[in-house]
Amino acid sequence: MWFTLDNLATAHDTHEDAAHTSTGLSNVKLGMWLFLGTECLLFGGLISTYMLYRGRVGTGPRPAQVFDIPFTSVSSFVLLMSSLTMVLAVSSAHKRDDKSTNLWLVITALLGATFVGGQVYEFTAFYNEGMGFSTSLFSSSFYVLTGFHGVHVTVGLIMLLALRGMLKNNKVPGSRAETVEMIGLYWHFVDIVWIIIFTLIYLIPA
Amino acid sequence: MTSTAPDSHATEHGLSTAGYVRIALILAAITALEVSTYYVDFGWLFMPALMIMMVIKFVMVVSYFMHLKFDNKMFSWLFYSGLVLAVGVYCAALATFKFFG
Repeated sequence: MWFTLDNLATAHDTHEDAAHTSTGLSNVKLGMWLFLGTECLLFGGLISTYMLYRGRVGTGPRPAQVFDIPFTSVSSFVLLMSSLTMVLAVSSAHKRDDKSTNLWLVITALLGATFVGGQVYEFTAFYNEGMGFSTSLFSSSFYVLTGFHGVHVTVGLIMLLALRGMLKNNKVPGSRAETVEMIGLYWHFVDIVWIIIFTLIYLIPA
Repeated sequence: MTSTAPDSHATEHGLSTAGYVRIALILAAITALEVSTYYVDFGWLFMPALMIMMVIKFVMVVSYFMHLKFDNKMFSWLFYSGLVLAVGVYCAALATFKFFG
């Protein structure tokens, strides 16, 4: 027998919104991808600005003098692994395994918090080495770009923790799996932005 | 029947758990290679190698972790349109500063 009541309920939850739209696609998912497309433009502008100004250091320290590549490499690895734990949370949500979903969400949040903590430490170290926000065009564009990314990760962290609370209290509106998937899409997006920042800003010398 | 149903449903949404772990290991290996370019002199290969590795990592996360490979093509169009526009903005800004800066 192909369909059980459990099967039908899962299919209904996941595709409920999609079935009632003119495109046959979930409006929530469509909206999220559109939002991520516009986010590409935001970060495109910030990365362009940094690439143009990274050679303009004035009297301040040069990028190579302040960047700590081993430390940033570990941070990058942590954020990359948080993408794995996030996709496992989404996978568990689709399997309706609440226990695993909660566990993977918490691990993702912990990895994200580690990354943000690393960024705060890095900014503090740079400031102590004489690289303030307005020291040079390089420092301003660097702090704006990486700061915007850090704010995005922090917003993602808040969403992860809020989602975990909502799942625990059974207060997720609509499809649970789709809600976890949408927050997962946002989380993966901050990861792919960091993939670009790590290569262009840290590994390629000015 | 019920116990196997969630697995088959999950497969519709992407890879198995082992598949995701394999992708993460490949991403970690590429990251290690990227970091090695900071310590080892790759000569003229330095820049192209870094750019290729960055693009591979980007595409792998978008395709497998964000499920664009398995999802409706409309989502790919929405996302990649934004990305192409962003690259266009970068090229336009760079060209403007090169010729008029």
